[in-house]
Amino acid sequence: MNEVFGNLEEIRPELGTEHMSLAFKPSSVPIKQRWRNNGLSADFLGDYLTTFFPKKNDDPASEKKQTIVRDAATYIANELLENAMKYSNEKGNVLNSINLTLMEDKLVFTEVNGITEKQETDFKEFITELENNDPDELFMKRLEESATTDSSSGLGYLTMLNDYQARLGWQFDEDNGERKVTTQVVISI
Amino acid sequence: MNVIEDENYKVIYLPDEGRVVFSGTLRLGGMTEYAPIVECLQQIISEKSSLELNLKDLEFLNSSGIAMLSKFVISARNKEGFKLDITGSSETPWQGKSLNNLQRLMPSLTLVLE
Repeated sequence: MNEVFGNLEEIRPELGTEHMSLAFKPSSVPIKQRWRNNGLSADFLGDYLTTFFPKKNDDPASEKKQTIVRDAATYIANELLENAMKYSNEKGNVLNSINLTLMEDKLVFTEVNGITEKQETDFKEFITELENNDPDELFMKRLEESATTDSSSGLGYLTMLNDYQARLGWQFDEDNGERKVTTQVVISI
Repeated sequence: MNVIEDENYKVIYLPDEGRVVFSGTLRLGGMTEYAPIVECLQQIISEKSSLELNLKDLEFLNSSGIAMLSKFVISARNKEGFKLDITGSSETPWQGKSLNNLQRLMPSLTLVLE
């Protein structure tokens, strides 16, 4: 079983390409207690990247570039981590992980988490909705729906697509008999 | 309540100035956790006829927070004659990217990125 949706790019970093991975066991502490780690991890990934986009005194654009890259990386990493925490199989053994790889012209986020059969069905339904609709229209529709529902699910991906021009891809497969999903987000830099 | 805060963010309501000021990083775990802020904003809409939302020092907002702001803007839109101003910062990238969507929800809203 190996199903792919969206634009899943084959990423083959050259040896020595900067990348960073963080992994968490979903059942180790309650979600409420772990929630702050999403922000800490996302900030860390975003701040770490700034080293590679230094501010140069004679180039004001360099400062802006650093801020834009950090902001985008922090937002996307935080949304991926929040999703993984909300929608992963807490009883499984698959670790939640996020990898950020810095390529010459793009940032690649790869997030993995275990999922239950029900979570997989719901997620595929959302991806199908995403593929069959204009992302901008769907985004505005979801914002309108926020007035009457307390769910904001899917809004993270829609902001990545609409506000950050991200390319999204997913792969569903199994790991030692447990279901998992890999989400890939790519943005140009 | 005039101040809602935790270690990462602060939301202050200044009734005399007709302004709510957000600052810090807001990434609460879903719409239910945003309920106290939503309730505060809804109450202002029901009692007043205008409001300025100052987001200049709000460095980060997660997608649940974007849903929270959308909910508020739609409520403001639905109250006839309600005047809403949103002030943001052009130095904070997320605001330049995402605040325009609020104006699309409520075209009469005045959005200024300073």
